[in-house]
Amino acid sequence: MRKIMVGVKRVVDYNVRVRVKPDNSGVVLDGVKMSVNPFDEIALEEALRIRERGEAGEIVAVCIGPDDAQQQLRTALAMGADRAILVKHDGLLEPITVARALKAVADRESPEIIILGKQAIDDDNSQATQMLAALLDRPQVTCASKVEIKGQTLVVTREVDAGLETLEVDLPAVISADLRLNEPRYVKLPDIMKAKKKPLDVIEFASLGLADPGQLKITHYEPPKARAKGIMVKDVAELLAALKTKGLVS
Amino acid sequence: MTQILIVAEHDGTKLNPSTARCVTAARQVPDAKVTVAVLAAAPEAIAAEAASLAGVDAVLTVAHPANAQPLAAVLAPQIVALAADYSHVFGPSTSFGKDVMPRVAALLGVSQISDLMAVDGSHQFKRPIYAGNAIVTVVATAGQKVVATVRTASFDAAGPGGSAPVTAASPNVALPTHTRFVSKAEAKSDRPDLQTAAKVVSGGRALASAENFKLVFGLAEKMGAAVGASRAAVDAGYAPNELQVGQTGKIIAPQLYLAIGISGAIQHLTGIKDAKTIVAINKDAEAPIFEVADIGLVGDLFQVVPELEKLLG
Ligand SMILES: Cc1cc2nc3c(=O)[nH]c(=O)nc-3n(C[C@H](O)[C@H](O)[C@H](O)COP(=O)(O)OP(=O)(O)OC[C@H]3O[C@@H](n4cnc5c(N)ncnc54)[C@H](O)[C@@H]3O)c2cc1C
Repeated sequence: MRKIMVGVKRVVDYNVRVRVKPDNSGVVLDGVKMSVNPFDEIALEEALRIRERGEAGEIVAVCIGPDDAQQQLRTALAMGADRAILVKHDGLLEPITVARALKAVADRESPEIIILGKQAIDDDNSQATQMLAALLDRPQVTCASKVEIKGQTLVVTREVDAGLETLEVDLPAVISADLRLNEPRYVKLPDIMKAKKKPLDVIEFASLGLADPGQLKITHYEPPKARAKGIMVKDVAELLAALKTKGLVS
Repeated sequence: MTQILIVAEHDGTKLNPSTARCVTAARQVPDAKVTVAVLAAAPEAIAAEAASLAGVDAVLTVAHPANAQPLAAVLAPQIVALAADYSHVFGPSTSFGKDVMPRVAALLGVSQISDLMAVDGSHQFKRPIYAGNAIVTVVATAGQKVVATVRTASFDAAGPGGSAPVTAASPNVALPTHTRFVSKAEAKSDRPDLQTAAKVVSGGRALASAENFKLVFGLAEKMGAAVGASRAAVDAGYAPNELQVGQTGKIIAPQLYLAIGISGAIQHLTGIKDAKTIVAINKDAEAPIFEVADIGLVGDLFQVVPELEKLLG
């Protein structure tokens, strides 16, 4: 039966308003709530639905990240993944390194479908899916909003700037989940208990024998420019007058 | 000298304005020679458009039937072959560029600089992270190829006035057949394009139905504006997905952004930070949108919007 691999990243929760450290050396992460990247939850949910339709067997959740990311992998197991793999690496990882590590895992696991989130909401890079597909020399479909399996192909609709686009790709393939692909399920308490017994393998990043090229260095963090304080108007007439003053309506 | 290759975005017949914005970004790199590559089934007319942009030094065309639709897996190996002669490869940070450029970067063995928003030097750039809540300075290793997507809202479009020579290229690479185009569903409308419009009227969850969302379309029409929407409005089916503005939708920089019944979540605000004037209409005086609004009006949109439309005549 078809295996699905899903990427799970540990990120700052989407509700946190991230702030830059006063010394510009990074962002404040101490005591901040961490969660599964929202797009990865959607990716996992899609894998679960494919399996529930009887179109896949095992689902493996994979994270390249720090030891603490075991928490997020446990969440993935509680949602319904069968196994989890943590490739342990502390510190910042470049997209190409993440893709190479995911490829190393994919080479061992030989999944037919790989689903990642379309971007991680911390570094907003949006590169892992495309890079992994390139390294595997397999098809990619980014920003998926609908996925259908037809024999040995996937028919995927993706959200693009102009609207929607549908592609057909041969399996194995790598796809990335967009917001409207599905709505992830809530994890129930009994599932959390069950997840504790599911296998979670920890692999040292160094054991994969990958070069970590360190091509891009982040040398400075700064807050975005603040906007000037605005004015409040009391009614529509005042609003219109203010817009006219700025030459925005005639 | 720095040799920059820009991957043109187009719809098969016309150049997308995002390309002209990439040209402006590329021109800010010191000592750059700027080449635009047009990969298409019939690239001639698109190439002529690119050649007429000020700041473009050369245009390369790759004509191939497989390039009729922008499939990342098909385009990437061709771009990689062209990239041999270049130190930098830029594409727009649009759904086209975000799809193809990381594939190019991976084949070149480098990480991409996503959403480049400022050029500090040939190998030093700024980009946003955490939905724009932090801006980082990224330094690429000297001697490494720089692959980047350009955040289009951060750069004006290069104007006309160029007359670059156009050369045909035919990279000798095998093209995969594992990825096939099936169909496209594009909303055809006479409204201004959301990504380039000078004015945008945007609606949120408060509109409460697709029927009510027509209020937003009506006001936009009266103002000659494009229409945008929050994720909540799109998720609920009041507006189509291509109208979503924000971290995971479109990043825009209009002269005027009018937010109607939108609370101002971080993920939404990151899409409108570069708007010149932000106007917010919301019935909740505490809504976070008012923290970034230049002009705010506390009120019920179902009264305010019809009244505004009436006063606009
Ligand atoms: C990973 C991720 C990515 C996301 N990406 C995006 C994105 O790209 N773009 C985006 O927009 N969101 C995005 N979101 C969602 C975002 O967090 C918010 O949920 C969303 O923007 C809320 O939309 P809204 O402002 O329309 O709705 P709400 O937050 O529900 O706000 C509705 C507002 O309308 C006001 N209102 C209600 N009735 C009236 C009335 N009669 N008259 C006037 N005002 C009224 C209310 O006071 C309220 O402020 C993302 C979220 C996640 C987790």
